[in-house]
Amino acid sequence: MSGSPVPGGPVLEADGALKVFPGVTALDRISFALGQGEVHALVGENGAGKSTLIKVLTGVYRLDAGEIRYRGERVEFASPLEAQRAGISTIYQEVNLVPQMSVARNLFLGREPRSRFGLIDFAGMRERASEILRGYGVRSDVRRPLGSLGLGAQQMVALARAVQADARVVIMDEPTSSLEPREVDKLFRTIAELKEQGRSVVYVSHRMEELYRLCDRVTVLRDGRVVHTGPLAELERLRLISLMLGRNLAEVAAEGLTKFGGRHHSHAAPVLRATGLSRRHVLDGVSLAVRPGEIVGLGGLLGSGRSETAKAIAGALPLDSGEVAVAEKPVPGGSVAAAIRAGINLLPEDRKAEGIIPTLSVRENIVLAALPRLSRAGIVSEGDVDRVVETFMRRLRIKAAGPGQRVAELSGGNQQKVLLARWMAMNPKVLLLDEPTRGIDVGAKAEVQTLIDELAKEGLAVLLISSDLEELVEGSDRVVVLRDGAVVGELSGAEVTEEKIMAAIAGENDD
Amino acid sequence: MTDTVLRRGAAGRTRVIAWLQEYGVYAAVVTLFAFNAVFTPHFLAVDNFRTQLVQVAPIVIVALGMALVIGTEGVDLSVGSVMALASAVVALYLGYGALPAIAMAVLAGALIGGAGGALVAVVGVQPIVATLALLVGVRGLANVFLPQLREFTNPTLVALGSDSLAGVPIVVIVAVVLTAAVAFLVKRTTFGRQLVAVGGNREASRLSGLPVRRVLLTVYVLSGMLAAVAGVLATSRLQASDPTSLGLFMELSAITAVVVGGTPLTGGRVRVLGTVMGALLMQLLQATLIKHNLPQSWTQMAQAVIILAAVYAARERR
Repeated sequence: MSGSPVPGGPVLEADGALKVFPGVTALDRISFALGQGEVHALVGENGAGKSTLIKVLTGVYRLDAGEIRYRGERVEFASPLEAQRAGISTIYQEVNLVPQMSVARNLFLGREPRSRFGLIDFAGMRERASEILRGYGVRSDVRRPLGSLGLGAQQMVALARAVQADARVVIMDEPTSSLEPREVDKLFRTIAELKEQGRSVVYVSHRMEELYRLCDRVTVLRDGRVVHTGPLAELERLRLISLMLGRNLAEVAAEGLTKFGGRHHSHAAPVLRATGLSRRHVLDGVSLAVRPGEIVGLGGLLGSGRSETAKAIAGALPLDSGEVAVAEKPVPGGSVAAAIRAGINLLPEDRKAEGIIPTLSVRENIVLAALPRLSRAGIVSEGDVDRVVETFMRRLRIKAAGPGQRVAELSGGNQQKVLLARWMAMNPKVLLLDEPTRGIDVGAKAEVQTLIDELAKEGLAVLLISSDLEELVEGSDRVVVLRDGAVVGELSGAEVTEEKIMAAIAGENDD
Repeated sequence: MTDTVLRRGAAGRTRVIAWLQEYGVYAAVVTLFAFNAVFTPHFLAVDNFRTQLVQVAPIVIVALGMALVIGTEGVDLSVGSVMALASAVVALYLGYGALPAIAMAVLAGALIGGAGGALVAVVGVQPIVATLALLVGVRGLANVFLPQLREFTNPTLVALGSDSLAGVPIVVIVAVVLTAAVAFLVKRTTFGRQLVAVGGNREASRLSGLPVRRVLLTVYVLSGMLAAVAGVLATSRLQASDPTSLGLFMELSAITAVVVGGTPLTGGRVRVLGTVMGALLMQLLQATLIKHNLPQSWTQMAQAVIILAAVYAARERR
């Protein structure tokens, strides 16, 4: 676990960095060192602490303890701008420029060329901007607002900006997620040039091919701790994945801890069939089928297209091509209402942003989707609503002061149960569960797992997305593994093991 | 020891704020009413009540629509101009009789509301921008329809503005009926529930299969229709159509009533009765200060204080 020698001496270091947010230790006294002229991979699953580490390195957050050293000296950047002036540039996943301003202004933001009178030299700025951006394959008019460009082109502007800024350190957070292959090539060439010039790059990505192609060393974060740091070439892919997911290979065979019961065997015809779901940059021909009474797990790393697959099936993500059918009857695409009518219900990943209506009561949240069924001539039948709410609050053991309590005041686990109740009230045929047990306490987790099991036994088709490998393995009858938006493996029966899933994610079966 | 006291103090403060959010506007109306009953001569006279209520009725009607729109996390700035348009349309179609003319005015309101709603729900323009464009454009349209003030003598329309039923002005009866209708819409119908859900969390509503666009569109249509009704009533009271000045700044009065009434600007909640109380409070405040011979400028400043107090109380939520 101790660090290997840092090549070329460290240019940017974090030492004993501690960052605590209410309820969670985002960085638990970690140490990180970026060598001069190296490309350093920073990897980890959701909530591992990657973003927090980047943010403390670039002055977005202040450390609670520990220190940051830049070129050997202790620094405390008060703002990202200060970090940038010192030579640390960051390219975020979401482009962090000003979409309303012109491309040229964005490129020179904060260091505009000045004319003799101290005014911005617009003509010169535009000329230089065009010239620089041509080198990155961006040929749009630099006077256009940045927001009018495609996401890939915006990323290239961000890259050009970061590189132009005479940065000694460039931090890239999932830079390829919205790039075309041609742009990716340009990005990789740029990184190689930066390296040649002795500048350093921190590269955050989940794409194994990219990491192994570009990076010299790797730091793996998990739960706010550094679990590994060292040269990347010496680390097997499978080992890297197991480090990220926190699964000890020897431990895998050990007895499980989740509440899922045995496997469900089903030979009935699939009730849900998705064929060739495709969307540019997101999904690449994903096909899968779920039988009634079956729980199919969807495995893969963050950004592999798991949530997008679920959303596409639920009609919440427009597709370029592909078809979803329930009981062999095609479901019209791009409409959540049509999917719900067909019996497909999605429990979204982000409970707060996509699930609960915080201003409304438990009662109103439970019946939200079922309202039209509980109404006559557009008028809500309060008696029917009360019956449904009572039934599900009892069955799911939702702990609330009463049906009238505001849902925002409930614990995460109980909020999740409210959302499950919302869908159970719809008598679904297909349930898509995106991280159903994330962020809820152990007790609620077990209850939710038991419930999923029961629902499957009652004949529901369940698609289960979980970053918790253990949950995925024990919960699923079959597991479909995604990588970069495409299905790369399908495991069933005895093949459903953590090791096999990790191998599929790592791409070790590919030839 | 000190710690517990402090904590109890903080908890008490939270409770007070929560109570103020729920009932503050009622308490304020009652207080002001009691003050006037004691200190203002002739306040309890029937005539005075009639005058106050007739004056506040159009504001209440417009504010009802505004409350619905604000409940969806939007705002409708076009209401004042829609009143003017309704006024112009009534005058133009009066030749066909009062009822067809009123129907045309309400239809015009629905169309403008539909235009605003389509910009918001389908095109995705921010409500404040979409309805600001209508605020400017629709006033112009009203002036094109009717370039100058036009008086009328149609007996039905005049009666609408000045007659009473069992001693209650018709204008006030209309406002009461519409308040009850909107309260029913919000509390008891599928549409009302969906409206607050869309305002509370639009993405979650979309993922729950709610007809988000239709709800938004309908809300702006309703706001336009209610504003048109208010425009017709105001016109009938004036016994003249005046598209140049009718309904000027009405959007601000309506927003004030909604905010003071405790409906949060962040959406997800509609307080119908609170909105009516908000309108009454502002009216009562103005009447009080005028009766005590304080200049108009004082009224404005007092209103500002109330708005700030309402917004402060709303801010403390969670």
